[in-house]
Amino acid sequence: MKGNKRDFWLTVIVLTLFAALVILTQTGAVAFIDSYQIHILNLCAIYTILGLSMNLVNGFTGLFSLGQAGFMAIGAYVTALLIMAPDVKEQVFYVEPIEPWLGALQCPFWLALLAGGMLSAVVAFFIGFPVLRLRGDYLAIATLGFAEIIRIIFLNTQTLTNGSMGVKSIPPTANLLWCFGIAALMVLFMLRLIHSSYGRAFKAIRDDEIAAEAMGINLFKHKMYSFILSAFIAGVGGGLMASVVSAITPNLFRFTLAYDILLIVVLGGMGSITGTVVAAFVITAAKEWLRWLDEGFSIGPLTVPEIPGLRMVIFSVLLMGIILFYRQGFFGSKEFSWHGLFAFVRELPRRIGRLFHRDKKEAA
Amino acid sequence: MFTFTLPELLQQLANGLTIGCLYALVAIGYTMVYGILRLINFAHCDIFMMSMYFCYYFITVFSLPWPVALVLVVAATALLGVVIEKAAYRPLREAPRISLLISAIGVSYLLENLATVLFSGVPRSFPAVGNMQEMVEIGEVRVARLAIYAPIMMVVLLVALLYLINKTKTGMAMRAASKDFETARLMGINVNKTISVTFLVGSALAAVGAVIWGQKYPQIQPYVGVMPGLKCFIAAVIGGIGNIKGAVVGALMLGVLEILLVWRFSALSGYKDAFAFIILIAILIFKPTGLFGETFVDKV
Repeated sequence: MKGNKRDFWLTVIVLTLFAALVILTQTGAVAFIDSYQIHILNLCAIYTILGLSMNLVNGFTGLFSLGQAGFMAIGAYVTALLIMAPDVKEQVFYVEPIEPWLGALQCPFWLALLAGGMLSAVVAFFIGFPVLRLRGDYLAIATLGFAEIIRIIFLNTQTLTNGSMGVKSIPPTANLLWCFGIAALMVLFMLRLIHSSYGRAFKAIRDDEIAAEAMGINLFKHKMYSFILSAFIAGVGGGLMASVVSAITPNLFRFTLAYDILLIVVLGGMGSITGTVVAAFVITAAKEWLRWLDEGFSIGPLTVPEIPGLRMVIFSVLLMGIILFYRQGFFGSKEFSWHGLFAFVRELPRRIGRLFHRDKKEAA
Repeated sequence: MFTFTLPELLQQLANGLTIGCLYALVAIGYTMVYGILRLINFAHCDIFMMSMYFCYYFITVFSLPWPVALVLVVAATALLGVVIEKAAYRPLREAPRISLLISAIGVSYLLENLATVLFSGVPRSFPAVGNMQEMVEIGEVRVARLAIYAPIMMVVLLVALLYLINKTKTGMAMRAASKDFETARLMGINVNKTISVTFLVGSALAAVGAVIWGQKYPQIQPYVGVMPGLKCFIAAVIGGIGNIKGAVVGALMLGVLEILLVWRFSALSGYKDAFAFIILIAILIFKPTGLFGETFVDKV
């Protein structure tokens, strides 16, 4: 098994280099990116986590759930309210005072994230009972409905969530280290999970429920595991997001947020962890990079004036193009492997050669 | 909580019925598309939104007389529906259903962003059409004319639609295509054309719904379609998606219950939008395919 050993060391080296880069950037030892770029990178990592959460349910277990926004909202609010100092909370809740017990509660960031994830998971458990008995589109609509119910509850519980005004001045504890650390942890966890007996059961359910049941897989139990785990991950992602964006309102967590995550999962390839990670970075970065479109630009003699919102139109056109003509996404259901990478690089000259060869043929 | 006068109740019922009829007009579009393509057309609510903007432009900006404008609005919306089907759904005819659903989400995303660029995010006020906003008194009940026109409009259009589906050749083609594309093709039916007709009819009905909706809630912005769209979709699911009569029953039920809830439990009015989802989930638990939906059994 010489190849395995080589792959193992390559992985270790790349990961160490990557970790060193993150740590050095965080501590300010190398300052090649500014705080704005750090913010975007944080969002990339958070979207990776959210994408993984959705891919677990939609891509690996084949349950079309659109409830991610609700679980994120729970995680975000729990984390935000647990890491804020009591006197800050008092200032933020100036219309109606916060519940005394919640106002006095404060705990470290990691515990708050965990609590947010746990509460999401508990809610998912109770939602799962009625919802996971439904199929296909009905499941999508019911989960979407629950996400909206959670948002509307948060809009109305003034003493717990400050209603529509939301929570401001959330301490920016989540830095590159937190976001990338947790994202990496989640990727590792997902890789382990997918190759465990649970992961195999999830995939069996996705491919054929009846066959899976015949093989002795308890459908409801495994769907529930997948749903709860996904809710936990989404809750943690929501918690990180709350700390990164520093102000949250219930309307931030409209069900359309689930669309954004779904697009990441689809673009990367349903059922590919590599795909989700790549797509999370590509989409989040592309949305920012396309910002020049909003500010007006000129192509040769053609001058386009400042059109706010043009960026999102171009972005959605690009997405539609990918959906229509590139249905499998970047990776399909394949994963990254060193072997695959080397094979691809080795094949590259021949592929390019073939490209030219065909051109010549067509020309003749 | 049970002390109220009869006129009060009638007033609320009239309100509920108006909303219910609006829901019905849009819900039919959802249910027709689902019936034939097995697709939740997430873009339908944005077709509704675009239709409101068309109306604003034809009447307020181009100041056309309203009957002419209405015809143009319905035509433009129907055209938009057909174009969306051709561009975004037809290429995915043989693809797995999830691709179709994602494409619908993509179209919805595109239309909302496009509307923000074209019409800006600033809310516009919807023009008054005819005398629909005028108040009339029937006995002791004071309602807008809208409350009388909306049910009439709905019933007329529903009867026309049921006639189209049950008595005409196009309708027969629609019913055949909703059972099985392959067999329908073998019977000489042009499936693509039939699907186009379905989108045309569904979008036209949404346009009518949008105009009446604008009389009741006269504000337009790019996300105006989202909540009504969701509610109409819920109405369609409650009735059993794919079933037109079910959609109408579900819509009327949802409209009336929603209004009655807000009226009787005004403390809960903040939860009005959640209420629709609660009804939906309650019904799905007991009838997983809605009130009048067909039950599917998976065969190995």
